[in-house]
Amino acid sequence: MSMMIDRRSLLTAGGAAALVPWLPAWAQPISPGLPTVSGADIHLKIAHQMLTVDGKTSHAIGINGTIPGPLVRLKEGTKARIHVANALQGEDSSIHWHGLILPFHMDGVPGISFPGIAPGKSFTYEFPVRQSGTYWYHSHSGLQEQMGHYGPLIIDPADADPVAYDREHVILLSDHSALHPHVIFKKLKQMGGYFNYNKQTLAGLLAGEDQALKDRVAWGAMRMDPTDISDVTGSTYTYLINGLGPADNWTGLFRAGERVRLRIINASAMTTFNVRIPGLTMEVVQADGLNVRPVRVGEFQIAVAETYDVVVTPSDEAYSLIAESSDRSGLARATLAPRAGMTAAVPPLRPRPLATMQDMGMGGMDHGAMGHGGETMKHSMRDMRAAPTVKDTPTVQSISPMPVDRTGDPGQGLEGEPDVLSYQDLVALDRNPDTRTPSRQLQIHLTGNMERYMWAFDGVKMNEVKAPIPFTEGERVRVTLVNDTMMTHPIHLHGHFFELVTGKGDHAPRKHTVNVQPGGKATFDLTADAPGDWAFHCHLLYHMHAGMMQVVTVRPAGEAA
Amino acid sequence: MSLLALLLVTAQHQGHEMPAPEPAPACSPEHAAMGHCTMPEAKAPPAPPAPPPSPAPSCSPEHAAMGHCEMPAPKAPPPPACAPEHAAMGHCTLPDTTPPTPGAGNTPPPPAPRVGAADAIFGADAMAAARARLYAEHGGSAISQVMVDMAEARIGKGRDSYAWDAEARFGGDIDKLAVKSEGEGDFGGSLDEAEVQALWSHAIGPYFDVQAGVRQDIGPGASPTHAVIGFEGLAPYWFDVEGALFLSAKGDVTARLEASYDQRITQWLIVQPMAEVEAAFQDVAERGIGSGVSSVELGVRLRYEIAREFAPYVGFVWDRKLGKTARLARATSDGASRPAFVAGVRFWF
Repeated sequence: MSMMIDRRSLLTAGGAAALVPWLPAWAQPISPGLPTVSGADIHLKIAHQMLTVDGKTSHAIGINGTIPGPLVRLKEGTKARIHVANALQGEDSSIHWHGLILPFHMDGVPGISFPGIAPGKSFTYEFPVRQSGTYWYHSHSGLQEQMGHYGPLIIDPADADPVAYDREHVILLSDHSALHPHVIFKKLKQMGGYFNYNKQTLAGLLAGEDQALKDRVAWGAMRMDPTDISDVTGSTYTYLINGLGPADNWTGLFRAGERVRLRIINASAMTTFNVRIPGLTMEVVQADGLNVRPVRVGEFQIAVAETYDVVVTPSDEAYSLIAESSDRSGLARATLAPRAGMTAAVPPLRPRPLATMQDMGMGGMDHGAMGHGGETMKHSMRDMRAAPTVKDTPTVQSISPMPVDRTGDPGQGLEGEPDVLSYQDLVALDRNPDTRTPSRQLQIHLTGNMERYMWAFDGVKMNEVKAPIPFTEGERVRVTLVNDTMMTHPIHLHGHFFELVTGKGDHAPRKHTVNVQPGGKATFDLTADAPGDWAFHCHLLYHMHAGMMQVVTVRPAGEAA
Repeated sequence: MSLLALLLVTAQHQGHEMPAPEPAPACSPEHAAMGHCTMPEAKAPPAPPAPPPSPAPSCSPEHAAMGHCEMPAPKAPPPPACAPEHAAMGHCTLPDTTPPTPGAGNTPPPPAPRVGAADAIFGADAMAAARARLYAEHGGSAISQVMVDMAEARIGKGRDSYAWDAEARFGGDIDKLAVKSEGEGDFGGSLDEAEVQALWSHAIGPYFDVQAGVRQDIGPGASPTHAVIGFEGLAPYWFDVEGALFLSAKGDVTARLEASYDQRITQWLIVQPMAEVEAAFQDVAERGIGSGVSSVELGVRLRYEIAREFAPYVGFVWDRKLGKTARLARATSDGASRPAFVAGVRFWF
């Protein structure tokens, strides 16, 4: 009994200090509870384990015995050599280094970059470290990522870091369910709205909540559910920070007045988070691992697979770091405090947002028509002529009639909140390496069907794809992603950074993952400078699993095979 | 306020910077903004200490959590007029004077090559299996679902009866095997009528499947086999609809159309009105069916989803035979109209 009490107290408030007892609390270097691996040879072992979150234990997959996996710390200009052993039973595995520029055969996607790592076998990744910043790594095999197979990766710059800070903490966000990921996927296939317990109801209508009756009727006519913000929600997920639940309360320490750098990584399978620290302004200094001109914000939305580094300067008190899921069905919470054991208030969940006409791709419409569902009826929600490159398949539930660029929007539910970051606030700190005008344009539609839970690029699921998306090595292409669905899709291209086209000239923000708002567009310029085959997919795990994935090939000019 | 914050950041930072800031001649605004060096204009008179962003003394975090008072909103103040220096520091945004990004060209794309760059490194054989799995796994999975929409007792005039309606699906997104069964009988008596259908179900659009296959009737009377052609899907306004034509081995053609709607009262309490109409294109004497619209069933069921997969319900159904079929029914002891209270469970897995 006393053992149990000891364990519980270790897991809660005093845990942070207790884990590294030989250091005074204020001197703890980084992220208590998160082991670091570095050096010339790094060893990682993937294995099944149990994970206890807020006192509940469930089955998971970890790396070197922890979830998240250890912090892999590399140094720009060195050579990384990482030995990965797969100790899973009867199941292949892999590690993909998310956002890293490396030879394609070290990218870690089974079937594209390499054959995968068979159970009981290991694979040595070797690549020159050519960049710096905050990144992460995760499995690209099956649905292992949902089970805990992810971890942070930080590369220290070869030269002085342009970001000044006194202390850093990794804040790795993730979503955890006691359900096996294959069960989650099956439920979604059987019933697209399975996890949504925030639907509109008759009781809500009578109470004057949500949409008015005529809008409900108009949306019903289109078979569109405005409450469908997240496919998998807090009804099954617990939202984690560095592997700990809201009650576990991961705590990061600081000394008052220090510039504290938070390296925030969204390693979720399915969850878009809105991040804020009540009482503190955050200075965004890095996005997707690359430095940006500092922007001070009160809140920002972080899509799955994105990273943001922010610097905060806290006073001598405790603060809650709140990462609310975008559908407001739950939150991840951590504490930043000058001393272990301190906590701050946790604000209640805000009301969940409802999708708007703009989320249906009617952004180009006269705003007078917004909210008057009846008037939209004259716009077909599935006019294939509006997207001639999209194949007319059951995967395509809707085509955005008038999609507009939404890179200036803060994200669903954050419209109207003060001081929220949008992509248009990002300006690269360094000049872009390639400022040529693209010689070619490419439009890719993000298509889906919530009723059948099918997701695809251009209406063709990965299993139906006949040919990859080809690029010639060295060419510069302007790619526009058109979201024909009512959900956000964080689209990730492996092996490359691309420049978001937001009017920032030769200081365009460079990213590896771009979140395309519902019914909207986002455009980026890509220099296809990494020969080989690369994965290109929606980073919502179950969207990818349902088919929203493609292979991008980069070949030298004149080489067709 | 923004200027104040900037100065504070600079001042605080200078206090504990480890290597003394080089008197760098090359201090770009970007670096200054990162706090890495000091720009001349930042050497303003020292800023007065800013009040810490602590909650008002009258509102402790505990009280705020209890909803007794409101913590100050954690928002930064809106930036004042934006001086170019501050814009360079990233603290505010100048009106966008960047010239628009020039338009891209229209070079045609290169031909699509074969995916197989890794073959040269790991061998074509080793890659082939992994690649096949990759493509199949992402979008090609097969799913099953067994849905017992209705398993109920019916209490009305005469004998109490039972009824069921279920459908199972196995397969991929486009093509599936659908097995349907429905029927009813009297408690303590015989099975009244029942059927099983085995159908190939093919997606023809985002919402609808066409279905074709066979139906076998089971029961005490005539139990013909039918060929089936039908459809099933989700109609506008969220109506679940299903319809089929049946051609019996004897050449009789009958039809059935069903529709239902889930109205959510709360997240767990759902009322489901439904209607089913049957018609025959000729008399089917052996089954007591006259040509024309032969019967209509109206029902309303109120279910409580203890879990999505398990929902007990209560309701009312009214089964009415029409026209010639009604006359035939009255001739036997069955009667043409059978209202009943129902209680049952809907479950699926």
